[in-house]
Amino acid sequence: MQQVPLEHALLVAAILFGIGLTGLLARRNLLFTLMSIEILLSAAGLAFVAAASRWGQADGQVMFIFILVMAGAEVSVGLALVLQIHHALKTLDSDAIRQLRG
Amino acid sequence: MATLSAGAFYVFSGLAILATLLVIVQRNAVHALLYLVVSFLAVAGLLFVLGAPFAAALEVIIYAGAIMVLFVFVTMMVSPGQEAATADARWGLLKALVGPAAIALLLIVELGSVLVHAPAAHVGADVISPKEVAVALFGTYVLGVELASMLLLAGLVGAYHLGRRMLQRDREGETG
Amino acid sequence: MLDVALIPGLPLAGFVILALVGSRLPRRAVAIIGVGSVGLSAAWALLFGAALIASHDVHQSQTLWTWMALPHFEAAIGLSLDRLSLVMVWVVTGVGFLTHLYSIAFMADDEDYARFFAYMNLFVGSMLVLVLADDLLLLYLGWEGVGLCSYLLIAFWYRDPKNVRAAVKAFLVTRIGDAAMAVGLFLLAAYTGTLRIDDLMLRLPHTFPAGAPVVVAAAALLLAGAVGKSAQLPLQVWLPDAMAGPTPVSALIHAATMVTAGVYLIARMQLVFNMAPAVMAVVAWIGLATLLLAGLSALAQRDLKRILAYSTISQLGYMFLALGVGAWTAAIFHLVTHAFFKALLFLCAGVVIKSLHDEHDIAAMGGLRRHMPLVFGAFTVGAASLAGLPLVTAGFYSKDAILQAAWASGPHAAWLWAVALVGALVTSVYAFRALFVVFLGETRREPARVSSLAMSVPLVVLAALALLAGFVQTPSQLGGISVFGGFVGPAVGGQVGQGGGGPGWLLLVASGASLLGLLIAWVLYVRRPATFARLADAPAWVALRQFALEGFGFDRLYDTMIVQPFVYLTRANVGDFVDWLYVCLAEVARLLHGLMSRAQTGRVRWYAAGIALGALLMLGLVVLR
Repeated sequence: MQQVPLEHALLVAAILFGIGLTGLLARRNLLFTLMSIEILLSAAGLAFVAAASRWGQADGQVMFIFILVMAGAEVSVGLALVLQIHHALKTLDSDAIRQLRG
Repeated sequence: MATLSAGAFYVFSGLAILATLLVIVQRNAVHALLYLVVSFLAVAGLLFVLGAPFAAALEVIIYAGAIMVLFVFVTMMVSPGQEAATADARWGLLKALVGPAAIALLLIVELGSVLVHAPAAHVGADVISPKEVAVALFGTYVLGVELASMLLLAGLVGAYHLGRRMLQRDREGETG
Repeated sequence: MLDVALIPGLPLAGFVILALVGSRLPRRAVAIIGVGSVGLSAAWALLFGAALIASHDVHQSQTLWTWMALPHFEAAIGLSLDRLSLVMVWVVTGVGFLTHLYSIAFMADDEDYARFFAYMNLFVGSMLVLVLADDLLLLYLGWEGVGLCSYLLIAFWYRDPKNVRAAVKAFLVTRIGDAAMAVGLFLLAAYTGTLRIDDLMLRLPHTFPAGAPVVVAAAALLLAGAVGKSAQLPLQVWLPDAMAGPTPVSALIHAATMVTAGVYLIARMQLVFNMAPAVMAVVAWIGLATLLLAGLSALAQRDLKRILAYSTISQLGYMFLALGVGAWTAAIFHLVTHAFFKALLFLCAGVVIKSLHDEHDIAAMGGLRRHMPLVFGAFTVGAASLAGLPLVTAGFYSKDAILQAAWASGPHAAWLWAVALVGALVTSVYAFRALFVVFLGETRREPARVSSLAMSVPLVVLAALALLAGFVQTPSQLGGISVFGGFVGPAVGGQVGQGGGGPGWLLLVASGASLLGLLIAWVLYVRRPATFARLADAPAWVALRQFALEGFGFDRLYDTMIVQPFVYLTRANVGDFVDWLYVCLAEVARLLHGLMSRAQTGRVRWYAAGIALGALLMLGLVVLR
């Protein structure tokens, strides 16, 4: 039975994480920022589940559930904020929101 | 069965990576969201192959189902299509990707080098049933469950409060 | 056994009282405290000294307390009274008392009455500490103390910036000497482990042979200190300007006592100088050059006090000459007589200047003989003693002793003697010039009446001393009295007063010189003043006179050599390059601030990038380990 090495699974998670990071740093649109965060969280969850599978335990999936919960809460609040920003500043450019500079 | 598992694993991984890459280079937010959904579905497949069917189901239901739908709603409200695309283009997308891509690449290389020296281990040998997950969740990690529910409550209240403000302003804008 | 400590203690106590409450006391009380403290000290010194002499045990030592006790060095506050210091104490307290008495009347209408007496008391106290110190460190304390008082008193009328400048000049120039002296003291302390004079005199010959570089260096440095304090070449430039202070100050400090501290130092340290014959020779030549140059400068001066100032420098040159040829007793003898007649001359000058409403130029004076006969008589006595008029004046005996010593010194004796003789001639000329121009002839300005008992008594006493004090030491041809030599000799060792050893014709030549000077002055200034005035207007003569007037260009030399470069450097350093270093620090901080501020962009992506880079670095560290 050919099995998948753990390293490969974790590597996939790392790559997904890297892509998410790139998206977070490169895109100016606030929505893309939030999307990239979701990608990051998903990648982290994948890593957890892969680790759990290696040990044959359910703890990793429990952590995955918690990550999911957190993502949900964060997305709802984040999107509400996006709506507020769009309403106030008429733009979604994160570089335009610089009131905390200096 | 094992060969199928291994092959399925690599197929789903490639799909997930490709879809995610496409997400971040899209100009149109809606297109990106669609690709993101594909990415999540691919990840769900991965999770299934890794012997975590419950996690896979949750990924589809909550991530691709609830969170993405929320994204779509807000995107529709906020950026009506074409105009946003041209705006993003104006912001020099390709140039902006170089630096972050470099950082991410380095990070991946670092993580990879750590993994190379790790002792050999294999995944996907067993299937962890929902029952086991439930036992762990409500047994050992029940405190976490309580905290998570509080977090959800906070998110709920926060989102409601922020949305309500806008609602009031809209109403005033109409009447005033 | 506080007996010796009372001598400096009383004036110092007077200073403390006057400094603290003097301005609130009535004038009479200030005078009583100020003059009384010095007077009591003088009386006590007289009695105590006499008692010691009678008991044939003149050496008294008294350690008051330990100043510092270090592993390799110890210094104590101790006073030591021996024959030499007893003579000095009598001179300081005696002339000091008379000057204080005079000041009661002289400074009567000055508003800073108390301050004056406070400073004067401090001065007398410091000078006594200097003279009585049995440790060189304590001596240096007194040395600095008198320097301070000199500065304070020259600038007594501080509201006039000219006076302040003169005081600063005096302080700076003597400071050069003081610094050198300090180095000399360090040298002695380092190599012998003690600065206590008795111990030093014992250890030095044991540690070093005569002529050792350390000893020569120490002697040279001590000489530098003496040169500064006693206004010898090349540090003589401060004394003429110091005449900016009140006349009692000039009389006491810059004639009788402080400037003689250098002479006292060399006499006290004669063992060190004996071990460095080269330095002794330098002492003699410095003295010689000074006495001639200063004498010639005095001849050209028009300010009465400046004449006397240059005269003081010249007479100190005589004392240095005597020290240099090893005639210690003669030097001290001349110190004593000079104190008397020079103080007398200054006090008389004070009366004259005050009565003419602060007129210093002798050309504006004249015929004062009729208006103030007492002062005229006193000034005549003083001038005569200064010129060394034969047989009757104290100055004659002391100056003759020095001339005899010069004659009997080793190689170059003839030169030393000849130049000293010329100096005596010049001294006589300028002394009588001052006398004749000020007191004889026609009255050009009417003087006011200023004399009072407080001023007259010191003049009379000093005049008497200026005449009689010489009779304690006479050459063999004139009685061979050797009271002074016999008294001081054992304390200073060396040859007991060279007076008496030389051929008789030396006496005649010396007398001749002073009488010739009197004659020349008479002819030039009384008989044919008009002819002389015509001669004096010849351009070459005028230029020469101007040169002499300026003290032979020393002030100008120092100005060009030292002052101008220094001022130039300070102006060039207006930017202050040391400050620039600190400004640079501030600039660097500001630069960093600018850089750091630019990191606060307010942009989310930027901050996220920061986090990502940080994570990268951290992981990198972990991976590379």
